Amino acid sequence: MLTRNVFGLPSMGLRNPFADLENLTRRMDLLTNAMYGRPGTSFMMPKVFPAINITEDKDKYYVRAELPGIKAEDIKLEVTGKNLAITGERKIQSEGKNVRYHRREREAGRFSRIVGLPGDVDADSVDAKLVAGLLTVAIAKSAAAKAKQITVKTSE
Amino acid sequence: MTESKELQAKAKHEVTTPAEQTQQGLVFTPEVDIFETEQEITLLTDMPGVVADNLTIDLRDGVLTLSGDIKPWEGPEETDVLVEFEIGKYYRQFTLSDAIDQDKIDAKLEDGVLRLTLPKAQKAVPRQIAVKVG
Repeated sequence: MLTRNVFGLPSMGLRNPFADLENLTRRMDLLTNAMYGRPGTSFMMPKVFPAINITEDKDKYYVRAELPGIKAEDIKLEVTGKNLAITGERKIQSEGKNVRYHRREREAGRFSRIVGLPGDVDADSVDAKLVAGLLTVAIAKSAAAKAKQITVKTSE
Repeated sequence: MTESKELQAKAKHEVTTPAEQTQQGLVFTPEVDIFETEQEITLLTDMPGVVADNLTIDLRDGVLTLSGDIKPWEGPEETDVLVEFEIGKYYRQFTLSDAIDQDKIDAKLEDGVLRLTLPKAQKAVPRQIAVKVG
């Protein structure tokens, strides 16, 4: 949660005196979560490619993944029950035989991941878009999974 | 391309100390491919979520600086359910050994990948020298 708070702050002209402390807290969170694999809202180390963030609002779940250099036609999405499957392949074109590499850190390959969504979804109402290498899948919650407002009636 | 392999998940690398930050937020090191031919040096780097307006490329005194800003992409109403990757800026510096023809630098940002072409200045292009038989 701290990551979001840090982002939400307006940028300060002066160095935040607590920045180091915040950073330390964040790192400790990272470490403990990595050790216990604790689910929830804290940061977890990704175990399968791609790393995924899930958020929700009143009506939808949003699943996001960073997929730079992958074309939309190379990504396949499937919703089955509560599960969203993301499969695809990242291709890196050959640059020809006459090039000499200094660094080669980017990787190509296939990927396949299934994520369980926290609640029931309406599989007919899924919207996916890929912008600047960021995949966003918006999945509508089913009526049963939505929070309902209940009015309390008085007898008079 | 040979047979493709499975991609492995890995955490983003945080920049250790790119000088002191004046703004809050996380800074990551983007992954790069750098290769050269006799005419040019090409740099490919993954910066998912960065759009052209938020990308700065700076080359001075042989030091190339790439920095990509990210606008938080989540809606104001959204709350986190699962967080596996963090959002932050991208920053990386390189020292170039060859002289670069600054006027012909070409940068293209597509699907979150920056392709930067740095043509070598004329004097740095190796020339074949014919040896004449006297």
